Amino acid sequence: MPLENEGEDWRMLDAQYISPRSVAEAVEALKGGGKDAMVLAGGTDLLVQARTGLRDPRLYVDLKRIPDLMALDISSKGLHLGASVPAAQIFENEDMKALYPGLTEAVDLIGSTQIQGRATVGGNLCNGSPAADTVPSLLVLEAICVIAGSEGERRVPASEFTTGPGETVLRPGEFLVRIEIPAPSKGAADAYLRFIPRTEMDIAVVGAAVSLTLDSSGCCEAASVALGAVAPTAILVEGAASALIGSTLDEAALERAGSAAYEAAQPIDDKRGTAEYRRRVASVLTQRSARMAAERARGRN
Amino acid sequence: MAKTHVITEVNGEEAEFLCEPGQTLLETLRDELNLTGTKEGCGTGDCGACSVMLDGRLVCSCLVLSPEVDGRKLETIEGVADGEKLHPIQQKFLEHAALQCGVCTPGFVVATKALLEKNPDPTEEETRYWLAGNLCRCTGYDKIIRAVLDAAAELRGEA
Repeated sequence: MPLENEGEDWRMLDAQYISPRSVAEAVEALKGGGKDAMVLAGGTDLLVQARTGLRDPRLYVDLKRIPDLMALDISSKGLHLGASVPAAQIFENEDMKALYPGLTEAVDLIGSTQIQGRATVGGNLCNGSPAADTVPSLLVLEAICVIAGSEGERRVPASEFTTGPGETVLRPGEFLVRIEIPAPSKGAADAYLRFIPRTEMDIAVVGAAVSLTLDSSGCCEAASVALGAVAPTAILVEGAASALIGSTLDEAALERAGSAAYEAAQPIDDKRGTAEYRRRVASVLTQRSARMAAERARGRN
Repeated sequence: MAKTHVITEVNGEEAEFLCEPGQTLLETLRDELNLTGTKEGCGTGDCGACSVMLDGRLVCSCLVLSPEVDGRKLETIEGVADGEKLHPIQQKFLEHAALQCGVCTPGFVVATKALLEKNPDPTEEETRYWLAGNLCRCTGYDKIIRAVLDAAAELRGEA
Protein backbone atom coordinates (compact mmCIF):
# COMPACT_ATOMS: atom_id res chain seq x y z
CA MET A 1 0.00 0.00 0.00
CA PRO A 2 1.22 3.53 -0.74
CA LEU A 3 3.21 5.05 2.10
CA GLU A 4 1.46 8.42 2.00
CA ASN A 5 -1.79 6.71 3.00
CA GLU A 6 -0.33 4.83 5.90
CA GLY A 7 -1.85 7.07 8.54
CA GLU A 8 -5.33 6.78 7.09
CA ASP A 9 -4.99 3.03 6.64
CA TRP A 10 -4.19 2.62 10.32
CA ARG A 11 -7.16 4.77 11.17
CA MET A 12 -9.35 2.45 9.12
CA LEU A 13 -7.84 -0.66 10.72
CA ASP A 14 -8.58 0.68 14.17
CA ALA A 15 -12.35 0.31 13.88
CA GLN A 16 -14.67 -2.24 15.42
CA TYR A 17 -16.91 -4.71 13.61
CA ILE A 18 -20.09 -6.46 14.63
CA SER A 19 -22.45 -8.69 12.64
CA PRO A 20 -25.86 -8.77 14.35
CA ARG A 21 -28.25 -11.64 13.57
CA SER A 22 -31.50 -9.69 13.87
CA VAL A 23 -32.89 -6.22 13.21
CA ALA A 24 -33.28 -5.70 16.97
CA GLU A 25 -29.60 -6.54 17.58
CA ALA A 26 -28.55 -4.15 14.83
CA VAL A 27 -30.67 -1.36 16.35
CA GLU A 28 -28.98 -1.95 19.73
CA ALA A 29 -25.50 -2.01 18.18
CA LEU A 30 -26.09 1.28 16.38
CA LYS A 31 -27.45 2.87 19.53
CA GLY A 32 -24.39 1.74 21.49
CA GLY A 33 -21.99 2.88 18.76
CA GLY A 34 -23.32 6.42 18.59
CA LYS A 35 -22.70 8.70 15.64
CA ASP A 36 -19.52 6.95 14.49
CA ALA A 37 -21.29 3.61 14.04
CA MET A 38 -22.18 2.93 10.41
CA VAL A 39 -24.13 0.16 8.77
CA LEU A 40 -22.27 -1.97 6.24
CA ALA A 41 -24.25 -3.68 3.50
CA GLY A 42 -22.37 -4.21 0.22
CA GLY A 43 -19.64 -1.80 1.31
CA THR A 44 -18.93 -0.65 -2.24
CA ASP A 45 -19.48 2.97 -1.28
CA LEU A 46 -18.75 2.96 2.47
CA LEU A 47 -15.41 1.12 2.37
CA VAL A 48 -14.16 3.39 -0.42
CA GLN A 49 -15.24 6.43 1.60
CA ALA A 50 -13.47 5.04 4.69
CA ARG A 51 -10.36 4.26 2.68
CA THR A 52 -10.18 7.73 1.18
CA GLY A 53 -10.97 9.48 4.46
CA LEU A 54 -14.39 10.86 3.46
CA ARG A 55 -15.99 8.94 6.31
CA ASP A 56 -14.53 7.62 9.51
CA PRO A 57 -16.56 4.68 10.82
CA ARG A 58 -15.50 3.58 14.31
CA LEU A 59 -17.95 0.68 14.34
CA TYR A 60 -19.10 -1.28 11.31
CA VAL A 61 -22.51 -2.87 11.83
CA ASP A 62 -22.62 -5.55 9.11
CA LEU A 63 -26.20 -6.12 7.95
CA LYS A 64 -25.49 -9.20 5.82
CA ARG A 65 -26.18 -11.83 8.49
CA ILE A 66 -29.71 -10.65 9.21
CA PRO A 67 -32.16 -12.94 7.36
CA ASP A 68 -34.74 -10.14 6.79
CA LEU A 69 -32.16 -7.99 5.03
CA MET A 70 -30.91 -10.83 2.82
CA ALA A 71 -34.38 -11.93 1.67
CA LEU A 72 -35.74 -11.49 -1.83
CA ASP A 73 -39.40 -12.54 -1.71
CA ILE A 74 -41.86 -12.26 -4.56
CA SER A 75 -45.49 -13.10 -3.86
CA SER A 76 -48.92 -12.16 -5.15
CA LYS A 77 -48.63 -9.03 -2.99
CA GLY A 78 -45.45 -7.91 -4.68
CA LEU A 79 -41.74 -7.71 -3.96
CA HIS A 80 -40.00 -7.57 -0.59
CA LEU A 81 -36.36 -6.77 -1.30
CA GLY A 82 -34.02 -6.96 1.70
CA ALA A 83 -31.69 -3.97 1.87
CA SER A 84 -28.53 -6.13 1.77
CA VAL A 85 -29.37 -8.39 -1.19
CA PRO A 86 -26.53 -8.08 -3.72
CA ALA A 87 -27.25 -6.79 -7.23
CA ALA A 88 -26.17 -10.03 -8.92
CA GLN A 89 -28.74 -12.04 -6.97
CA ILE A 90 -31.46 -9.63 -8.12
CA PHE A 91 -30.79 -9.64 -11.84
CA GLU A 92 -30.16 -13.39 -11.93
CA ASN A 93 -33.71 -13.86 -10.61
CA GLU A 94 -36.06 -14.78 -13.49
CA ASP A 95 -39.16 -13.52 -11.63
CA MET A 96 -37.51 -10.12 -11.15
CA LYS A 97 -36.79 -9.89 -14.88
CA ALA A 98 -40.34 -10.91 -15.73
CA LEU A 99 -42.20 -8.70 -13.24
CA TYR A 100 -39.94 -5.65 -12.88
CA PRO A 101 -37.80 -5.58 -16.04
CA GLY A 102 -36.95 -1.88 -15.73
CA LEU A 103 -35.79 -2.07 -12.13
CA THR A 104 -33.86 -5.24 -12.93
CA GLU A 105 -32.10 -3.49 -15.85
CA ALA A 106 -31.23 -0.59 -13.58
CA VAL A 107 -29.71 -2.99 -11.05
CA ASP A 108 -27.75 -4.69 -13.84
CA LEU A 109 -26.24 -1.34 -14.87
CA ILE A 110 -24.53 -0.68 -11.53
CA GLY A 111 -20.76 -1.14 -11.56
CA SER A 112 -18.66 -4.09 -12.65
CA THR A 113 -19.31 -7.80 -12.14
CA GLN A 114 -17.22 -7.61 -8.97
CA ILE A 115 -19.22 -4.66 -7.63
CA GLN A 116 -22.49 -6.41 -8.48
CA GLY A 117 -21.46 -9.30 -6.25
CA ARG A 118 -21.74 -6.94 -3.28
CA ALA A 119 -23.55 -3.69 -4.12
CA THR A 120 -27.19 -3.43 -3.03
CA VAL A 121 -30.29 -1.50 -4.06
CA GLY A 122 -30.59 -0.46 -0.42
CA GLY A 123 -27.11 1.05 -0.55
CA ASN A 124 -27.80 2.70 -3.90
CA LEU A 125 -30.75 4.45 -2.27
CA CYS A 126 -29.08 5.26 1.08
CA ASN A 127 -25.91 6.63 -0.55
CA GLY A 128 -28.14 9.43 -1.84
CA SER A 129 -26.48 10.02 -5.20
CA PRO A 130 -28.70 12.08 -7.56
CA ALA A 131 -27.47 9.77 -10.36
CA ALA A 132 -28.23 6.46 -8.59
CA ASP A 133 -29.54 4.14 -11.32
CA THR A 134 -32.14 2.24 -9.32
CA VAL A 135 -33.86 5.24 -7.72
CA PRO A 136 -35.94 6.44 -10.73
CA SER A 137 -37.21 2.86 -11.08
CA LEU A 138 -38.10 2.70 -7.38
CA LEU A 139 -40.05 5.95 -7.77
CA VAL A 140 -42.14 4.81 -10.74
CA LEU A 141 -42.86 1.46 -9.05
CA GLU A 142 -44.16 3.30 -5.94
CA ALA A 143 -41.65 1.57 -3.68
CA ILE A 144 -41.99 1.88 0.08
CA CYS A 145 -38.88 1.96 2.28
CA VAL A 146 -39.17 0.11 5.58
CA ILE A 147 -36.84 1.69 8.15
CA ALA A 148 -35.84 0.32 11.57
CA GLY A 149 -34.62 2.35 14.53
CA SER A 150 -34.82 2.56 18.30
CA GLU A 151 -38.26 4.21 18.01
CA GLY A 152 -39.53 1.21 16.03
CA GLU A 153 -40.29 0.69 12.39
CA ARG A 154 -41.51 3.35 9.98
CA ARG A 155 -42.42 3.37 6.32
CA VAL A 156 -41.41 6.11 3.90
CA PRO A 157 -42.22 6.27 0.16
CA ALA A 158 -39.07 6.04 -2.00
CA SER A 159 -40.09 9.39 -3.52
CA GLU A 160 -39.53 11.05 -0.12
CA PHE A 161 -36.50 9.03 0.99
CA THR A 162 -33.72 11.08 -0.60
CA THR A 163 -33.69 14.73 0.46
CA GLY A 164 -30.58 16.02 -1.31
CA PRO A 165 -27.20 14.87 -2.64
CA GLY A 166 -25.94 12.34 -0.08
CA GLU A 167 -28.87 13.14 2.23
CA THR A 168 -31.80 10.94 3.22
CA VAL A 169 -34.60 10.85 5.79
CA LEU A 170 -32.63 8.32 7.87
CA ARG A 171 -32.13 9.63 11.42
CA PRO A 172 -29.11 8.69 13.54
CA GLY A 173 -29.36 5.02 14.50
CA GLU A 174 -31.86 4.19 11.78
CA PHE A 175 -31.28 1.90 8.80
CA LEU A 176 -33.16 0.57 5.80
CA VAL A 177 -34.52 -2.95 6.29
CA ARG A 178 -36.25 -3.61 3.00
CA ILE A 179 -37.96 -2.09 -0.01
CA GLU A 180 -41.52 -3.13 -0.78
CA ILE A 181 -42.97 -2.85 -4.28
CA PRO A 182 -46.56 -3.72 -5.19
CA ALA A 183 -47.24 -6.50 -7.69
CA PRO A 184 -47.62 -5.12 -11.22
CA SER A 185 -51.23 -4.94 -12.33
CA LYS A 186 -52.43 -6.61 -15.53
CA GLY A 187 -51.01 -4.86 -18.57
CA ALA A 188 -48.34 -3.00 -16.56
CA ALA A 189 -44.61 -2.88 -17.30
CA ASP A 190 -41.59 -0.71 -16.57
CA ALA A 191 -38.36 0.29 -18.30
CA TYR A 192 -35.20 2.21 -17.40
CA LEU A 193 -32.65 3.78 -19.70
CA ARG A 194 -29.60 5.82 -18.86
CA PHE A 195 -27.16 7.73 -20.98
CA ILE A 196 -23.42 7.41 -20.39
CA PRO A 197 -20.67 8.40 -22.84
CA ARG A 198 -19.21 4.89 -22.81
CA THR A 199 -20.86 1.48 -22.75
CA GLU A 200 -20.07 0.29 -19.22
CA MET A 201 -18.65 1.35 -15.86
CA ASP A 202 -19.90 4.91 -15.73
CA ILE A 203 -22.31 7.18 -13.88
CA ALA A 204 -25.56 8.29 -15.50
CA VAL A 205 -25.57 11.66 -17.27
CA VAL A 206 -29.34 11.23 -17.31
CA GLY A 207 -31.52 8.27 -16.33
CA ALA A 208 -35.22 7.85 -17.17
CA ALA A 209 -37.64 5.29 -15.77
CA VAL A 210 -41.19 4.76 -16.98
CA SER A 211 -43.89 2.49 -15.63
CA LEU A 212 -47.22 2.26 -17.41
CA THR A 213 -50.38 0.20 -17.66
CA LEU A 214 -52.14 -0.46 -20.97
CA ASP A 215 -55.70 -1.70 -21.28
CA SER A 216 -56.62 -4.43 -23.77
CA SER A 217 -57.13 -1.86 -26.54
CA GLY A 218 -53.60 -0.47 -26.03
CA CYS A 219 -54.74 2.72 -24.31
CA CYS A 220 -52.57 3.93 -21.43
CA GLU A 221 -54.54 3.77 -18.16
CA ALA A 222 -51.80 4.69 -15.73
CA ALA A 223 -48.24 5.97 -16.04
CA SER A 224 -45.37 7.21 -13.97
CA VAL A 225 -42.14 8.85 -15.16
CA ALA A 226 -39.01 9.59 -13.13
CA LEU A 227 -35.67 11.13 -14.01
CA GLY A 228 -32.25 10.72 -12.39
CA ALA A 229 -29.14 12.94 -12.51
CA VAL A 230 -31.03 16.09 -13.54
CA ALA A 231 -31.82 17.50 -10.07
CA PRO A 232 -30.50 17.24 -6.47
CA THR A 233 -32.54 14.03 -6.14
CA ALA A 234 -34.32 11.75 -8.59
CA ILE A 235 -37.65 13.35 -9.49
CA LEU A 236 -41.12 12.20 -10.52
CA VAL A 237 -42.37 14.06 -13.61
CA GLU A 238 -46.13 14.24 -13.31
CA GLY A 239 -46.51 16.25 -16.51
CA ALA A 240 -44.86 13.47 -18.50
CA ALA A 241 -47.09 10.86 -16.86
CA SER A 242 -50.28 12.80 -17.62
CA ALA A 243 -49.17 13.23 -21.24
CA LEU A 244 -49.08 9.46 -21.58
CA ILE A 245 -52.28 8.64 -19.69
CA GLY A 246 -55.28 8.32 -21.99
CA SER A 247 -53.10 8.07 -25.10
CA THR A 248 -52.15 5.07 -27.23
CA LEU A 249 -48.49 6.04 -26.84
CA ASP A 250 -48.62 7.70 -30.25
CA GLU A 251 -45.86 10.04 -31.42
CA ALA A 252 -47.68 13.17 -30.30
CA ALA A 253 -48.19 11.82 -26.75
CA LEU A 254 -44.57 10.71 -26.54
CA GLU A 255 -43.40 14.14 -27.68
CA ARG A 256 -45.55 15.83 -25.04
CA ALA A 257 -44.08 13.53 -22.39
CA GLY A 258 -40.58 14.34 -23.67
CA SER A 259 -41.29 18.09 -23.48
CA ALA A 260 -42.58 17.71 -19.92
CA ALA A 261 -39.35 15.91 -18.98
CA TYR A 262 -37.34 18.68 -20.65
CA GLU A 263 -39.20 21.29 -18.60
CA ALA A 264 -39.04 19.38 -15.31
CA ALA A 265 -35.31 18.68 -15.45
CA GLN A 266 -33.20 21.11 -13.40
CA PRO A 267 -29.72 19.86 -14.19
CA ILE A 268 -26.35 21.47 -13.57
CA ASP A 269 -23.45 22.01 -15.94
CA ASP A 270 -20.55 19.74 -15.13
CA LYS A 271 -17.87 17.65 -16.83
CA ARG A 272 -20.47 15.01 -17.69
CA GLY A 273 -22.62 17.37 -19.74
CA THR A 274 -24.15 20.83 -19.88
CA ALA A 275 -27.55 21.54 -18.36
CA GLU A 276 -29.11 22.10 -21.81
CA TYR A 277 -27.66 18.84 -23.11
CA ARG A 278 -29.04 16.97 -20.12
CA ARG A 279 -32.50 18.46 -20.60
CA ARG A 280 -32.54 17.27 -24.21
CA VAL A 281 -31.29 13.80 -23.25
CA ALA A 282 -33.99 13.66 -20.54
CA SER A 283 -36.62 14.27 -23.23
CA VAL A 284 -35.22 11.61 -25.57
CA LEU A 285 -34.76 8.97 -22.88
CA THR A 286 -38.25 9.56 -21.50
CA GLN A 287 -39.74 8.84 -24.92
CA ARG A 288 -37.57 5.78 -25.55
CA SER A 289 -38.22 4.42 -22.08
CA ALA A 290 -41.98 4.90 -22.53
CA ARG A 291 -41.86 3.05 -25.87
CA MET A 292 -39.95 0.20 -24.28
CA ALA A 293 -42.35 -0.05 -21.33
CA ALA A 294 -45.34 0.03 -23.71
CA GLU A 295 -43.88 -2.76 -25.84
CA ARG A 296 -43.53 -4.89 -22.72
CA ALA A 297 -46.98 -3.98 -21.44
CA ARG A 298 -48.57 -5.03 -24.77
CA GLY A 299 -47.10 -8.47 -24.24
CA ARG A 300 -48.86 -8.71 -20.89
CA ASN A 301 -52.42 -8.07 -21.98
CA MET B 1 -6.29 -3.04 19.41
CA ALA B 2 -8.23 -6.24 20.00
CA LYS B 3 -7.72 -8.61 17.12
CA THR B 4 -10.59 -10.59 15.69
CA HIS B 5 -10.39 -14.35 15.28
CA VAL B 6 -11.72 -15.59 11.95
CA ILE B 7 -12.20 -19.13 10.68
CA THR B 8 -12.90 -19.48 7.00
CA GLU B 9 -12.33 -21.81 4.07
CA VAL B 10 -9.74 -20.85 1.48
CA ASN B 11 -9.42 -22.98 -1.68
CA GLY B 12 -11.08 -25.94 -0.01
CA GLU B 13 -9.05 -25.90 3.18
CA GLU B 14 -9.87 -24.42 6.56
CA ALA B 15 -7.93 -21.26 7.30
CA GLU B 16 -7.73 -19.40 10.58
CA PHE B 17 -6.32 -15.96 11.22
CA LEU B 18 -6.28 -12.97 13.51
CA CYS B 19 -7.02 -9.59 11.98
CA GLU B 20 -7.82 -6.03 12.81
CA PRO B 21 -11.60 -5.59 12.39
CA GLY B 22 -11.10 -2.85 9.80
CA GLN B 23 -8.51 -4.81 7.82
CA THR B 24 -9.58 -5.63 4.28
CA LEU B 25 -9.71 -9.20 3.04
CA LEU B 26 -7.05 -8.26 0.50
CA GLU B 27 -4.63 -7.24 3.26
CA THR B 28 -5.36 -10.39 5.23
CA LEU B 29 -4.90 -12.71 2.27
CA ARG B 30 -1.55 -11.16 1.45
CA ASP B 31 -0.15 -10.28 4.89
CA GLU B 32 -1.63 -12.89 7.25
CA LEU B 33 -2.21 -15.89 4.99
CA ASN B 34 0.75 -15.21 2.66
CA LEU B 35 -1.47 -15.68 -0.37
CA THR B 36 0.22 -12.96 -2.39
CA GLY B 37 -1.18 -14.06 -5.74
CA THR B 38 -4.09 -11.67 -5.18
CA LYS B 39 -2.82 -8.20 -6.12
CA GLU B 40 -3.61 -4.73 -4.92
CA GLY B 41 -4.25 -2.26 -7.73
CA CYS B 42 -6.44 0.67 -6.78
CA GLY B 43 -7.77 -0.41 -3.38
CA THR B 44 -11.15 1.16 -4.22
CA GLY B 45 -12.92 -1.52 -6.26
CA ASP B 46 -12.22 0.02 -9.66
CA CYS B 47 -9.54 -2.26 -11.15
CA GLY B 48 -10.38 -5.86 -10.29
CA ALA B 49 -6.77 -6.90 -9.56
CA CYS B 50 -7.82 -8.21 -6.15
CA SER B 51 -10.74 -10.33 -7.46
CA VAL B 52 -11.59 -13.42 -5.42
CA MET B 53 -14.64 -15.65 -5.06
CA LEU B 54 -16.62 -15.21 -1.84
CA ASP B 55 -19.33 -17.85 -1.37
CA GLY B 56 -19.36 -18.37 -5.13
CA ARG B 57 -19.56 -14.69 -6.04
CA LEU B 58 -16.86 -12.65 -7.72
CA VAL B 59 -15.89 -9.70 -5.49
CA CYS B 60 -13.06 -7.22 -5.00
CA SER B 61 -11.24 -8.35 -1.85
CA CYS B 62 -10.24 -4.71 -1.19
CA LEU B 63 -13.94 -3.98 -0.55
CA VAL B 64 -14.51 -6.79 1.96
CA LEU B 65 -13.65 -6.49 5.64
CA SER B 66 -11.78 -9.54 6.95
CA PRO B 67 -14.24 -10.38 9.76
CA GLU B 68 -16.98 -10.64 7.13
CA VAL B 69 -15.52 -13.92 5.79
CA ASP B 70 -15.94 -15.82 9.06
CA GLY B 71 -17.67 -19.09 8.16
CA ARG B 72 -17.62 -18.26 4.43
CA LYS B 73 -15.89 -19.94 1.49
CA LEU B 74 -13.11 -18.18 -0.40
CA GLU B 75 -11.43 -19.09 -3.66
CA THR B 76 -8.29 -17.26 -4.76
CA ILE B 77 -5.89 -17.44 -7.69
CA GLU B 78 -3.80 -19.95 -5.70
CA GLY B 79 -6.64 -22.47 -6.00
CA VAL B 80 -6.98 -22.26 -9.78
CA ALA B 81 -4.07 -24.49 -10.91
CA ASP B 82 -4.01 -28.18 -10.01
CA GLY B 83 -0.63 -28.34 -8.25
CA GLU B 84 1.97 -27.79 -10.97
CA LYS B 85 -0.58 -28.24 -13.72
CA LEU B 86 -1.94 -24.95 -14.99
CA HIS B 87 -5.67 -24.48 -15.45
CA PRO B 88 -6.65 -24.23 -19.14
CA ILE B 89 -7.42 -20.52 -18.60
CA GLN B 90 -3.88 -19.92 -17.32
CA GLN B 91 -2.43 -22.00 -20.16
CA LYS B 92 -4.33 -19.97 -22.75
CA PHE B 93 -3.23 -16.67 -21.19
CA LEU B 94 0.36 -17.86 -21.69
CA GLU B 95 -0.20 -19.12 -25.24
CA HIS B 96 -1.90 -15.90 -26.32
CA ALA B 97 0.64 -13.69 -24.52
CA ALA B 98 -2.35 -12.16 -22.71
CA LEU B 99 -0.15 -10.52 -20.10
CA GLN B 100 2.85 -8.27 -19.92
CA CYS B 101 3.56 -6.97 -16.41
CA GLY B 102 1.19 -9.53 -14.88
CA VAL B 103 -0.28 -7.49 -12.04
CA CYS B 104 -3.82 -7.67 -13.41
CA THR B 105 -3.52 -11.33 -14.46
CA PRO B 106 -4.63 -13.11 -11.26
CA GLY B 107 -7.76 -10.96 -11.18
CA PHE B 108 -8.48 -11.66 -14.86
CA VAL B 109 -8.01 -15.41 -14.37
CA VAL B 110 -10.30 -15.54 -11.33
CA ALA B 111 -12.94 -13.41 -13.10
CA THR B 112 -12.68 -15.52 -16.25
CA LYS B 113 -13.12 -18.74 -14.28
CA ALA B 114 -16.26 -17.28 -12.70
CA LEU B 115 -17.57 -16.32 -16.16
CA LEU B 116 -16.95 -19.72 -17.74
CA GLU B 117 -18.50 -21.61 -14.85
CA LYS B 118 -21.65 -19.56 -15.29
CA ASN B 119 -21.60 -19.28 -19.07
CA PRO B 120 -19.36 -21.86 -20.82
CA ASP B 121 -19.97 -20.35 -24.26
CA PRO B 122 -19.88 -16.56 -23.90
CA THR B 123 -19.88 -14.25 -26.91
CA GLU B 124 -17.04 -11.76 -27.26
CA GLU B 125 -19.44 -9.01 -26.18
CA GLU B 126 -20.54 -10.90 -23.07
CA THR B 127 -16.90 -11.57 -22.24
CA ARG B 128 -15.95 -7.92 -22.58
CA TYR B 129 -18.85 -6.80 -20.39
CA TRP B 130 -18.11 -9.42 -17.73
CA LEU B 131 -14.45 -8.36 -17.60
CA ALA B 132 -15.15 -4.60 -17.72
CA GLY B 133 -14.22 -4.34 -14.03
CA ASN B 134 -10.74 -5.78 -14.65
CA LEU B 135 -8.31 -3.15 -15.85
CA CYS B 136 -5.11 -3.93 -17.76
CA ARG B 137 -2.72 -1.12 -18.65
CA CYS B 138 -0.37 -3.22 -20.83
CA THR B 139 -2.13 -5.44 -23.33
CA GLY B 140 -4.95 -3.38 -24.76
CA TYR B 141 -7.29 -6.28 -23.80
CA ASP B 142 -7.45 -7.92 -27.20
CA LYS B 143 -5.12 -10.79 -26.38
CA ILE B 144 -6.91 -11.32 -23.08
CA ILE B 145 -10.27 -11.64 -24.84
CA ARG B 146 -8.77 -14.09 -27.41
CA ALA B 147 -7.30 -16.15 -24.55
CA VAL B 148 -10.62 -16.26 -22.70
CA LEU B 149 -12.61 -17.30 -25.76
CA ASP B 150 -10.00 -19.93 -26.63
CA ALA B 151 -10.00 -21.25 -23.06
CA ALA B 152 -13.80 -21.42 -23.17
CA ALA B 153 -13.63 -23.48 -26.38
CA GLU B 154 -11.07 -25.81 -24.86
CA LEU B 155 -13.12 -26.28 -21.69
CA ARG B 156 -16.13 -27.13 -23.85
CA GLY B 157 -13.97 -29.75 -25.56
CA GLU B 158 -14.02 -27.93 -28.90
CA ALA B 159 -10.39 -26.91 -29.19
